Amino acid sequence: MPKLTIDGIPVEVPDGTTIIQAAKQAGVKIPTLCYLEEVQAIGACRVCVVEVEGARTLVASCVAPVAEGMKIHTHSKRAREARKTVVELLLSDHDGDCQICVRNEDCELQDLARTLGIKEVRYQGEKSKRIVDESTPAVVRDTSKCVLCRRCITVCNEVQGVGGLFPQNRGFETVIGPAFCSDLDDVVCVQCGQCGAVCPVGAIVERDQISDVFSALDDPTKTVVVQTAPAIRAALGECFGLPPGTLVTGKMVTALRRLGFHAVFDTNFAADLCIMEEGTELLTRLKKKLVDGEDIALPMFTSCSPGWIKFLEHFYPDMIPNVSTCKSPQQMFGAIAKTYYAKKIGKKPEDIVVVSIMPCTAKKYEHQRPEMNSSGVRDVDYVLTTRELGRMIKQAGIDFVNLPDDKQDSPLGLSTGAADIFANTGGVMEAAIRTVYEIVTGRELPFDGLHVTPIEGLEGIKEASLKLEQCVPEWAFLEGATVNIAVAHGLGNARALIERVRSGEKTYHFIEIMTCPGGCIGGGGQPRFTDNSVRLARIQAIYKEDEGKQLRKSHVNPDIQKLYEEFLGHPNSEVSHHLLHTHYHARTKV
Amino acid sequence: MNEESKHVCMEEASEEELLARLDEVIAEYKDKPGALIPVLQIAQAMFGYLPESALKKISLGLNKPYSEVAGVVTFYSFFSTQPRGKHMIRVCLGTACYVRGGKQVLSAIRDKLHIDVGETTKDKMFSLEVARCFGACGLAPAIMVDNDVHQRVKPARIQAILDQYLDKNIETNK
Repeated sequence: MPKLTIDGIPVEVPDGTTIIQAAKQAGVKIPTLCYLEEVQAIGACRVCVVEVEGARTLVASCVAPVAEGMKIHTHSKRAREARKTVVELLLSDHDGDCQICVRNEDCELQDLARTLGIKEVRYQGEKSKRIVDESTPAVVRDTSKCVLCRRCITVCNEVQGVGGLFPQNRGFETVIGPAFCSDLDDVVCVQCGQCGAVCPVGAIVERDQISDVFSALDDPTKTVVVQTAPAIRAALGECFGLPPGTLVTGKMVTALRRLGFHAVFDTNFAADLCIMEEGTELLTRLKKKLVDGEDIALPMFTSCSPGWIKFLEHFYPDMIPNVSTCKSPQQMFGAIAKTYYAKKIGKKPEDIVVVSIMPCTAKKYEHQRPEMNSSGVRDVDYVLTTRELGRMIKQAGIDFVNLPDDKQDSPLGLSTGAADIFANTGGVMEAAIRTVYEIVTGRELPFDGLHVTPIEGLEGIKEASLKLEQCVPEWAFLEGATVNIAVAHGLGNARALIERVRSGEKTYHFIEIMTCPGGCIGGGGQPRFTDNSVRLARIQAIYKEDEGKQLRKSHVNPDIQKLYEEFLGHPNSEVSHHLLHTHYHARTKV
Repeated sequence: MNEESKHVCMEEASEEELLARLDEVIAEYKDKPGALIPVLQIAQAMFGYLPESALKKISLGLNKPYSEVAGVVTFYSFFSTQPRGKHMIRVCLGTACYVRGGKQVLSAIRDKLHIDVGETTKDKMFSLEVARCFGACGLAPAIMVDNDVHQRVKPARIQAILDQYLDKNIETNK
């Protein structure tokens, strides 16, 4: 264990610790830009340089390991000046229109310039070429703001295993982008937005639809309804300075009402609906396989996460039959809102505008898929990310933190705890198990607090087995069967899990995949910055929301039962198939 | 004979045949570490440049994201995604060649061939590129035509050098 001093503070850290990690332990903050704790340390930006006594040059503290007896000065004159020069050089090639940049006051470069006390940029010169890529519905890239930190590349390649972005060209001509600087829409991008979630500046941002939503609200001929995804309520508060994991469900509903939405509904309602459809689909597949001897694709994969769907369509198109045909809760909601609800209020589907608030940029892509118009018109009209909703609330002058609580409207607003946990990794699976187990055995899932603990938490790939005993007569063929389930979050983990399945190393019946690390609570549209401590805080909040509910199993939601009675008939009925199920397309790998 | 020249193409081979041959190259290199650059070099020697169809095949075959393959291709001036002339001229503008008159050599070639860097003559005989050091600094300024290094090049000698390749061409066409 080397002993060293950092700014005179003695520390002792394990071998192999980097200077920046040791400094953190000593309570010393070293400014950084390209560094991403737990994800990327490449010493590219040189902002984290420090002075080590006896060393000829300054060293990048994010990559330099400590050594016995080191004396490190993080804020010596030499280190300060070098750091300032580095940031000035970055600013000299940065489109610095901060006031009209979406990242204003949420920008790491701006923050650095302020922290380092930079008052002028002494370097003037040529600017890099500006490429603005608005080809996808999800994100917008602007290379004139890019600082070449490569965080997006690491996330896209190593965390997500997609490989849509890479440095193109060389030297001053370098552009971070898709192959040969083509558009994102022309490559394998799954539109998860994790690149934008780690971008320190405004080079990759969500496509802003706030003004479209304001226009819809201003149109007197339209009935504008809103749905909020399960993950919003555990993160929206962060847009207003509340700590991660603050539940703001009630305030969120009040804010949406004050923004002028005619009805405030909940994607959670549709999440309960999704469990009814997806659980039934799983049981039907098992029955076809085990009883009818049909050649049916198993394991079945969940289909709630549109980035994952696009990933599979690109990289594993032969496994499309394994994916549940259920639409995601967002799309189920849209289809029900423009049919069942439209009928109830006596409106035509084209006079209803459905706005979604999602933690996700891929949802902006999903709602534009050509299949998503079961009501005869586009089922979901606009998708705002959590960050956009935060900005919209600010633009409307609403004092969010001091809002009173309110409740979602009927009939598409009531949900169970099972729907809440859709927000995090393992949640969709747990919600499905709560219902499926009870359908098959007639008894409640016999686990403490209804939780399937082996599939909770931030482990990349999780699995569990469930033995079915004393089944009800209808499902007697499952007597004694063991159902193997697995859960992966982050597409890199999804890829590893799929490879396990394909190699025959493991046999599962049901697999949950969420595109983003941690699940939707860590989505590409969530407030920045999301690291594992933030993910865990949001997950805890979600479980708290679940446990606080009277009803915690999707099939006991009375409004869902009513929806089946009045409109759909039964799960996987013909109406259900028309409105709530979909199909997928093979796409190219390169 | 180096790896690359082993695979230099017969121009008569169709793209289909070349792609089939590329499959064999990929199979040979697939499990070797650092396979991407050698495979790109061989592919370029085979096709004369790097067509999209070859690059996509390499991406799939070596299991490398297409963005990464493109990143490597666009990083090195050696690689070209545009069809090129029969002979490739590379003028070194590395430090030693630069100070010993590489720039004058370059402008003499430009004038003689009426093309700029990155372009190909109308008769498809020559393409012109700039390079960064062949490791022949002691004999600067240097240029390469195909696989031959010409050293201590003077603008006045350019025509003679180019003529050698024109002559070769006549011979092979006989």
